[in-house]
Amino acid sequence: MISRRDFLQVSMAASAMVGASGFGNWARLAAQQSLTQDDLLQFDTYGNVSLIHITDIHAQLKPIFFREPEINLGVGDAFGQVPHITGADFRKLYGIADGSPSAYALTYNDFTSLAQTYGRVGGMDRVSTVINAIRADRPDALLLDGGDTWHGSYTCHQTQGQDVVNVMNALKPDAMTFHWEFTLGSDRVNEIVEGLPFAALGQNIFDAEWDEPAELFKPYKFFERGGVNIAVIGQAFPYMPIANPRWMFPEYSFGIREENMQAMVDEVRGMGAECVVVLSHNGFDVDKKMAGRVTGIDVILSGHTHDALPEPVLVGETIVVASGSNGKFVSRVDLDIRDGRMMGFRHKLIPIFSDVITPDPVITQLIDEQRAPYLDQLTEVIGKSDSLLYRRGNFNGTWDDLICEALIQERDADISMSPGVRWGPSILPGQDITREDIWNVTSMSYGQAYRTEMTGEFIHVILEDVADNLFNTDPYYQQGGDMVRIGGMGYRIDISKPQGSRISDMTLLKTGEQIDASKTYQVAGWASVNEGTEGPMIWDVVESHIRKQGTVSVAPHENVKVSGV
Amino acid sequence: MDFTRRETLALGAGAALLTVLPFRVQAAADDAVAEFTGGADVGEGGIELTAPEIAENGNTVPISVSAPGAAAIIVLATGNPTPGVATFNFGPGAASQAASTRIRLAGTQDVVAIAKMADGSFVKASSTIKVTIGGCGG
Repeated sequence: MISRRDFLQVSMAASAMVGASGFGNWARLAAQQSLTQDDLLQFDTYGNVSLIHITDIHAQLKPIFFREPEINLGVGDAFGQVPHITGADFRKLYGIADGSPSAYALTYNDFTSLAQTYGRVGGMDRVSTVINAIRADRPDALLLDGGDTWHGSYTCHQTQGQDVVNVMNALKPDAMTFHWEFTLGSDRVNEIVEGLPFAALGQNIFDAEWDEPAELFKPYKFFERGGVNIAVIGQAFPYMPIANPRWMFPEYSFGIREENMQAMVDEVRGMGAECVVVLSHNGFDVDKKMAGRVTGIDVILSGHTHDALPEPVLVGETIVVASGSNGKFVSRVDLDIRDGRMMGFRHKLIPIFSDVITPDPVITQLIDEQRAPYLDQLTEVIGKSDSLLYRRGNFNGTWDDLICEALIQERDADISMSPGVRWGPSILPGQDITREDIWNVTSMSYGQAYRTEMTGEFIHVILEDVADNLFNTDPYYQQGGDMVRIGGMGYRIDISKPQGSRISDMTLLKTGEQIDASKTYQVAGWASVNEGTEGPMIWDVVESHIRKQGTVSVAPHENVKVSGV
Repeated sequence: MDFTRRETLALGAGAALLTVLPFRVQAAADDAVAEFTGGADVGEGGIELTAPEIAENGNTVPISVSAPGAAAIIVLATGNPTPGVATFNFGPGAASQAASTRIRLAGTQDVVAIAKMADGSFVKASSTIKVTIGGCGG
């Protein structure tokens, strides 16, 4: 169905992205201060349908720095496949020049110096400009939000998501699906969704008591665009009640529900859908597996695992598109739909270089209005960083190393644990750390920093459990996210082993002794999924620690030894 | 100690579950299969078992089975101390040979459904349901 010519169109778009052909070399243009908005937006409108995909914004309304991961290992069929390719290998795969804007946007190397050259990324006012430009080409383009939108900042937490809702509504999306939104609690989610001026979709959002589709969230919605009958099916994050606190939304059940997805695809095809788009928060590997098992999907717009790919991945006759996170990218996908089939597509991953793309003043003003009541709190400088602070990576990130150290110091613990989430912008060496920066990497509705006793055996059980969420060779058993971050302790992990035998050689760093299975340790952590967790809020713990340090320095940790790669 | 007692118990249950699937339990499941089939060969296909990949709550996991033309379907939680979950018998007037229920799982394990067909043959389907202590998605 997808011809070789179509593939060429994809790779042309990709080479446009990397600046190897088409409209010149971005690195050179940037060096000359002449990388322009037109270069970033250039796209020869194709076919009869345009999709605009943005996902995993995590409430980042303003431009930020965001370093992509160095370590992102794939297991089983995903071994060595995108998105489990990073750094130089990634650049080689897509023909990206070292030091180029694409290298800065998509890989981790030389991040500090490239960030100084190319500046911040994201900002919903810049995203608005990109959306407006695409709508100028194709007025009836569909804007689809993959979720993790109403979570992740100081103002989002204080307003229970209202700041982001206000800004996103102004961008006029056509549909959205969900994950962290539910951690606002089901009452608040229901309240927002009931007033939402666009479709709230999730074929896998069920009523927990009756195991029937939830009334408030529809499985799909039809759109007629460019004379084409398009069905957009939503797929919320399947493992919300497991990865996040179930007690906050006890009325809802999720799961992958592959059989129901197939039933929904068959149903919309039966109702005359000529194009089926799945707006997904499954995570990339789960989407890839689903694309190979559910028939009749043309496009999966993939979110959750925060991967940014300059080309779609083709699985059978389905294309899977990954559009990054934190407002850093927007994907444009043009489709040629004829005779009820996808005859071809053209795709571009558009990096939102904040200094190159002119902000939309209407949205800038709207964002500033949301922030105005909190501006003094947001901008207060708590300290400074000597080091690059980042989060992404399967095992470590310097932001989490700092958070783990804060937990040990402030909570007087032997060992600390920080959740392996993938959201949270980066801080450059020499940059001030404001309260907003701390909240960007910690804010959530269950941020209590607990302190408890755990036996060595139980710590081992936790590590094995989380490792299997990440390294189970069947993607349907993966929850996304990364390994729980550990402070005060080292360990070895063999990712090729089954659950129960991956983790070994657990060592208490302050004494150099092996962790004793039967001995009890003081453990501090945060983001427990259990109801009734007590302790100070993690952002206060981190703020107190940074304030005492003045300037923080975080050397990359080497407490995790990885094998089986 | 900032963990509540309830929470500690919940975590403790998670800890225990990884250590309670010894072979004695598997033997109990094998015995139950043998009793149902009388030792006959068990084929594949013709039976569908729908279950979540990961349980949202191990204490109440929704599952459904369907085997058109079956006279009876047995459901076994192979890792539970008592593996037998349910036996559904379908009379000749049954409109469909399908059933749904909720089961309690002691830990990650295979759930097995075996149907006895009208001609006396047996077919089976199985699904691994993971019970996890939960964590932190992206």
